[in-house]
Amino acid sequence: MPTSLAILPRRRQPATPLQRTLGVGLVFGVIGVYLAAVGLLPMLNKRSVIVDTIGLGDATMIAIGLGAGAMAARHAHTRGGATLHGLLAGAVAGAMAAALAVVMQLVSLQSIFIQLSPALFTMLTLGLGLAGGAAVLIGGGAAAGLAGALLRDSPPGGRRIVLAGLGTVVVAGVFQELIQLVLQNAGALTTSASEFFYTWEGLSQQGAAAIFVIAAIIAGLNAMVQRRAAGRVAASERRVRLRRLLRAGILLLLLVCFPLLAGSYIGQVLMLVGLYILMGMGLNLEVGLAGLLDLGFVAFFAVGAYTTALLTADSAHALAALSYWEAMPIAVLLSICVGVIFGIPVLGVRGDYLAVATMGLGEIVRVIVTSDFAAPLLGGAQGVLQIPKPRIGATVLATPVALFYLTLAASAVAAYVAWRLENSRLGRAWMALRDDEDVAQALGVNLIRSKLLAYGLGAAFAGLGGSIFAVMLSSVYPSSFQLLISINVLALIIVGGMGSLPGVVVGSLALIGLPELLREFGEYRYLFYGAVLVIMMRLKPEGLWPSEVRRRELHAGDEAEALDAGADLLPAGQHASSAAE
Amino acid sequence: MSATTLTLRRFNAVDVILWLLRIGVLLIVVIGTLATLIKARYTIAQWLDFVMFGLTIGSIYAQIALGYTMVYGVLRLINFAHGDIVMTGAFAGYFAAAGFDRSGLLESRPVLAMAGILLVAVLTSTCIAVLTERIAYRPFRRVQGLAPLICAIGVSFFLEQTFRGLFGSSVKSYPDPSWLRAAFVVFGFRIPRVDVLVIGLALVFMALLYMVVQRTRMGTAMRAVAEDAEAAALMGIDVNRVIVFTFMLGGVMAGIAGVFYAFLYKQVYFFMGFTPGIKAFGAAVLGGIGSIPGAMLGGFFLGMVESVGPTLFLDGIGIPAPYQLRDLIAFTLLIMVLIFRPQGILGERMARKRA
Amino acid sequence: MPEPICCRPGSTPPPQRNRNVAGEPLLVTSKMSKRFGGLAALNDLDISVQADTIHSIIGPNGAGKTTAFNCVTQNLRPTSGQVWFRGERIDGLTPDRVAQAGISRTYQNIRLFRNITAIENLLVGMHLHLRSTWWGAVLASPHTRRDEARAHDEARQLLQFVGLRGRGDMLARNLAYGEQRRLEIGRALATKPKLLMLDEPTAGMNPHETSAMMEFIQQTRQQFGITIVLIEHQMRVVMSMSDKVTVLDHGSKIAEGRPAEVQADPAVIEAYLGVQKQVPSAAREHAAARMAASGAPG
Ligand SMILES: Nc1ncnc2c1ncn2[C@@H]1O[C@H](COP(=O)(O)OP(=O)(O)OP(=O)(O)O)[C@@H](O)[C@H]1O
Ligand SMILES: [Mg+2]
Repeated sequence: MPTSLAILPRRRQPATPLQRTLGVGLVFGVIGVYLAAVGLLPMLNKRSVIVDTIGLGDATMIAIGLGAGAMAARHAHTRGGATLHGLLAGAVAGAMAAALAVVMQLVSLQSIFIQLSPALFTMLTLGLGLAGGAAVLIGGGAAAGLAGALLRDSPPGGRRIVLAGLGTVVVAGVFQELIQLVLQNAGALTTSASEFFYTWEGLSQQGAAAIFVIAAIIAGLNAMVQRRAAGRVAASERRVRLRRLLRAGILLLLLVCFPLLAGSYIGQVLMLVGLYILMGMGLNLEVGLAGLLDLGFVAFFAVGAYTTALLTADSAHALAALSYWEAMPIAVLLSICVGVIFGIPVLGVRGDYLAVATMGLGEIVRVIVTSDFAAPLLGGAQGVLQIPKPRIGATVLATPVALFYLTLAASAVAAYVAWRLENSRLGRAWMALRDDEDVAQALGVNLIRSKLLAYGLGAAFAGLGGSIFAVMLSSVYPSSFQLLISINVLALIIVGGMGSLPGVVVGSLALIGLPELLREFGEYRYLFYGAVLVIMMRLKPEGLWPSEVRRRELHAGDEAEALDAGADLLPAGQHASSAAE
Repeated sequence: MSATTLTLRRFNAVDVILWLLRIGVLLIVVIGTLATLIKARYTIAQWLDFVMFGLTIGSIYAQIALGYTMVYGVLRLINFAHGDIVMTGAFAGYFAAAGFDRSGLLESRPVLAMAGILLVAVLTSTCIAVLTERIAYRPFRRVQGLAPLICAIGVSFFLEQTFRGLFGSSVKSYPDPSWLRAAFVVFGFRIPRVDVLVIGLALVFMALLYMVVQRTRMGTAMRAVAEDAEAAALMGIDVNRVIVFTFMLGGVMAGIAGVFYAFLYKQVYFFMGFTPGIKAFGAAVLGGIGSIPGAMLGGFFLGMVESVGPTLFLDGIGIPAPYQLRDLIAFTLLIMVLIFRPQGILGERMARKRA
Repeated sequence: MPEPICCRPGSTPPPQRNRNVAGEPLLVTSKMSKRFGGLAALNDLDISVQADTIHSIIGPNGAGKTTAFNCVTQNLRPTSGQVWFRGERIDGLTPDRVAQAGISRTYQNIRLFRNITAIENLLVGMHLHLRSTWWGAVLASPHTRRDEARAHDEARQLLQFVGLRGRGDMLARNLAYGEQRRLEIGRALATKPKLLMLDEPTAGMNPHETSAMMEFIQQTRQQFGITIVLIEHQMRVVMSMSDKVTVLDHGSKIAEGRPAEVQADPAVIEAYLGVQKQVPSAAREHAAARMAASGAPG
């Protein structure tokens, strides 16, 4: 008797459009208040989009208003309704920010919430005092919401043009240092262009306007060309593949040539990006192909780094004075050995438990390198210092850019291996055990062996990464080998797309390169990683640059319908559709 | 294929290595223990200290492990962020405690202050636990594979970093009221009051939780969902509500555990939840994930091993500063459990479902 | 069933009747038991499967049929008892070695690798018979390339045999239900088994589809010359196809013999209908009549 349990589903009234709009406004308002309270807004505002006009924090606030408006407009039926709803949602979001300002005025919370400083108050209220500021916030929110709603309802062509313009301006403003640097280095023409768009501290107002117009025109032209192309035949399979290849090629070319244009700071950034590309390639074998969620990746990274350090360093702990090229293979081999020794017992552990077990390994390695027990060998908290840079003949790979190329070469090897294996007997076994371990085993796949190969190869590339990391810093400290590293690598392959090789590059650029470029971002990058993991898993689990397999998975539905129509090999029956799911 | 080839292939390298691993660990434990006991460098009072601390920290692990076990029971999800829920409770409790400390209430009215601190902590951790469920986990109800776990890892990170952003990255020291600093003296042995308080209250709260799960309607529904969510839904149980309720219970226990943990170590910081979280997960697996008594037992066991183990096993073998390797022992235990007995000690029932 | 073009996958070994001494069974379980906690899912089960036969296992829900399969393929370890295949003991081996020994199976609830294509599913099934190594794949050695090309050829032939020609590049999960069933059988065949174990291959099919599936199974047997163990619920299928039928109830064998013999066995009728007193006799007779009616003559 179901009623006796009284845990029946509650029947809810469906929300009215007004309630929904208020809800949207509240959610966006909460996001805004959250960003302010964790200190992101003031931090972002340190970077200006347009000099002396709009900071990145301000831009974020505007974007929140726009987003609220656009979301709210979804629920309206009529055009007028849409604008009204957008307006309302934006105003509500603005009111939340205003409420924060009021609270800050009334009580000082800074002893608890350290970011709620007077500076934040000034930023929120635009220095107009409470009343004026609140009015501007609510009004501005309403205006942004209205704009968002209008933008949403405008024809797609127009919307794309406006968004492209705005987006380009933001990018051009935020990355002004980098862009100026490249423009200055590239030639006389670009130097004068740089002087037109930028003052020395950032994007000028005239520059912003010009860039908006240019980007909008390009977007418009592009839309026109595309519309015309769409009228002709649909792109063939080969054309699509060619285009993908071309895009990957361009990405690669940029990666290879870019450091030559940029300065040493960019070199530093790229060096890190390269390192993470290498590790991402390694982890991708494990997670992307074999489905082994490895959170102890950092363990092998540490093994590689410490081995290289101990074998080459010019310090008290050194075991030998090998050259880098002699030490590196040893480091890689040792990483593989550790991987195999640990992997044999642990790879029988399944699914989620494997993630925890491997994370345990990572923590064990960290505990060991920090402990007094291993200090005589590994140098304890002081680490191992004075690791010489690798040299090729007479040239020393001392600059970040040189080391970047080293990581890139290593990544290329990793990528090649992954690419070759993907369509091999082993790769298929991996994909099979990713889908269903028991069945794969029942078909004759040796689980431990296949998993060990994935794990060992991953460990090899992690070890190689560690080895390069050691010479990058010229020293290794135990504090470098946190769980954070494993999570970073995991996050980047998820953002790029599990199992996708270009995805690793995209992921590294987005998660390692971007926060490094926005130096103010500092520790907030980790907040960003956490959010990215959740958001990607919810909205775009296949990643920004999905692998061929994932792409197939997602688009196979259409294909299936097309084929079903022509298939009459066997009667499919009415059960087919229901039972297949 | 002839008979001989097949018989030869019966030999399994992995099994051999597993056996070697078992024997190796066992040898270290036995030899280490014997050596330590023979050297007799520690007094009875010291050993008693280790045991007391083991019970105390164990009772905290037990409370945290309950959250893992219950959520795993109904959702088959490792709530990776559970350790961070503990951290949120500890933080909230900290601000309450600091407030009471300043107003003098903490010294003058200990019971009231403690109740207040726990209340604030529990409210915060419960709200956050429920929010994470609503925002991050609910969309993954029917998703298989790695996505839910990865999302949970993201939530964990997000919570940590949010708290770092909100309250700063510095380590804040918990107030240390005089009534907690004292110790009882029993047969000439000192037993710190904190320990007694933590163990006592933990036992009370765990008993309450057990009653809730066993006796109330919601608890019954929860067990039904853990047994078979689909059948429970067909019987008219609102699975969503049960899941929210489960997260609430987990959040309550996490909040209490967070405050206790902070009182024990006298500090809070944004990353503090990670290690006890992982260890408590180990405890939950050890006790048989999905089993509530198992989680409690597992917690106490882990606490004891972690507290007594380093000295008992490692000191005798001549390893310097063995207490630094406490986490090493805890994580080794975790990994061994995952390898050798993933169904746990009391976990037959759950093991079948996983199969 | 529309005729799938008959073809013998390239290197299928010829039917190996000669290797089995006449009368010696291919698969023998002796006193095989499996307990789950307190529940005895299998009780001292003795089954012996003769080579080149279709041997059906029937029984009410929860009788332990699937468990018996799992214990033979070592997906579950039997609690006690022995399993012999072609004169060798296979209990205690890992499932991949059982596959190597020549047993392959399908599952009651189809377990394809859903996220890879149909042809890749077959290629995974051929895993045991491919000789390429991972370093060979990395170095793109000629041997590997030849091996791969051959594998793809064979897989395509097999695909055709199971009636999925042209559907090879579809993800397994997007195939129609009947196609998934046949693909799963194809995948099992790809391991080149001596013994094929099918767990309710006609589950969820209408009479028309069921007939097609029966025909397909017969055809498979002829083509590949293999022995088949079949779990079935539909009496029509069991009675018309089997050489021998074993009936399980509560983990024990309650009857065994030729279809007609089993059909007449009172213990079987009772097992299907529950304890005698609880069932009105009219219903029992009705059910018995239905069983008899659905059975094939002889
Ligand atoms: N992994 C397992 N753990 C615990 N019990 C199990 C397990 N597998 C099966 N059982 C139990 O063993 C008994 C036999 O199950 P089995 O699946 O073998 O039956 P079956 O004859 O295949 O039934 P059906 O016709 O429904 O497929 C059932 O009571 C089932 O609940
Ligand atoms: Mg069955």
